[in-house]
Amino acid sequence: MNLNPETLSAVKNLIYSTADDHLVLGHRNSEWTGLGPILEEDIAFSSMAQDKLGQALALYQLLNKLGERDPDTIAFTRKENEFRCCHLTEYPIGDYGFSLMRHFLFDEAALLRFDMLSNSGFTELSHIAKKFRGEIKYHVMHAEEWIKQLGNGNEESNRRIQIMFDTVYPLAHGIFEPLENENILIENKIYEGENELEQRWRVRIGKIVKDANIILNETEPKDKHYGGRRGMHTEYLKPLLLEMTEVFSIDPNAEW
Amino acid sequence: MSLKSLDPRITREELPDVPDNTPLKDIHHWNTFEVFHQSKTGGHHIHVGSLHAPNAEMALILAKEQYARRYNCVNLWVVKTSDILASKKEDEEIFETTPEKLYREASGYKVMEKINKFKNERKKG
Repeated sequence: MNLNPETLSAVKNLIYSTADDHLVLGHRNSEWTGLGPILEEDIAFSSMAQDKLGQALALYQLLNKLGERDPDTIAFTRKENEFRCCHLTEYPIGDYGFSLMRHFLFDEAALLRFDMLSNSGFTELSHIAKKFRGEIKYHVMHAEEWIKQLGNGNEESNRRIQIMFDTVYPLAHGIFEPLENENILIENKIYEGENELEQRWRVRIGKIVKDANIILNETEPKDKHYGGRRGMHTEYLKPLLLEMTEVFSIDPNAEW
Repeated sequence: MSLKSLDPRITREELPDVPDNTPLKDIHHWNTFEVFHQSKTGGHHIHVGSLHAPNAEMALILAKEQYARRYNCVNLWVVKTSDILASKKEDEEIFETTPEKLYREASGYKVMEKINKFKNERKKG
């Protein structure tokens, strides 16, 4: 598929947003390695964090094919305002309930996004989406099992998971901040758009939290946590990038 | 004083230095589950290890990352460890003569020659 410059730019924007989400959240979630609540969960959560880095890598490799710099340079040398991740991915890990709820709300959206992209008219992107569908499906199974069990557990677990849901659900709306020029993607059947994705996500989340005995209150305006897709980030991204690029920055030309 | 460890999971449990003998509540003491792994459809499920989980559903979720992230896997089983009935260690002698009973094995019969002969005849016919 040959893309005209305008479409190519919109496609790159979509790929940057998705890849940066996975890189930044993958890095965040990896902070639990060695500290997870129990050994088995620690291993599972760390492994899923690595999956996210692999997904980001595949997307950066596609960007490289489309004329962008090599994946390491993209991941480790861009400035904060060049990142396109949503605010949700940037927040510190908090207590495990926060990280688990973020993992649930984010990966549900990721699965729906990768489902959409599996049908993309841009075949290079649909190949990647199909390749990682299984990984993300497991992430969702893992998240849903915890949400279901904690929501229906005892009074304490329900209370705590409800607090985390109330905290993270508004932040998650930033995932669906409309992309610049996404109408071009929609017209060219490359991607159905953030609005369509958000509609599907809300239906799905609504059903799961109901089964988990969690109450869904729509309280905040949904654009409150927008900005990430335009390079405007929370105060938490910069320290994360400094830490993530610490080793790379010692010698950017080192052969690994 | 409570037990300090390099593993923060141990330290935050605030375990006493001297073990007390009060029974653990279920919520602090998950069951173990045995995990069985199938590497291809139609193959046997093979025991690969055990893990802690609050129930079978969660055991299955956790088993995927503990035992199926590096090797081919198409299916997993989990079984609560306490649901397995095992023969007793002191009864090991009941198996003792087994290696001497080769005469009972099907491999003792030389049937391949007959089968090949039959196949060849069918091909010709």
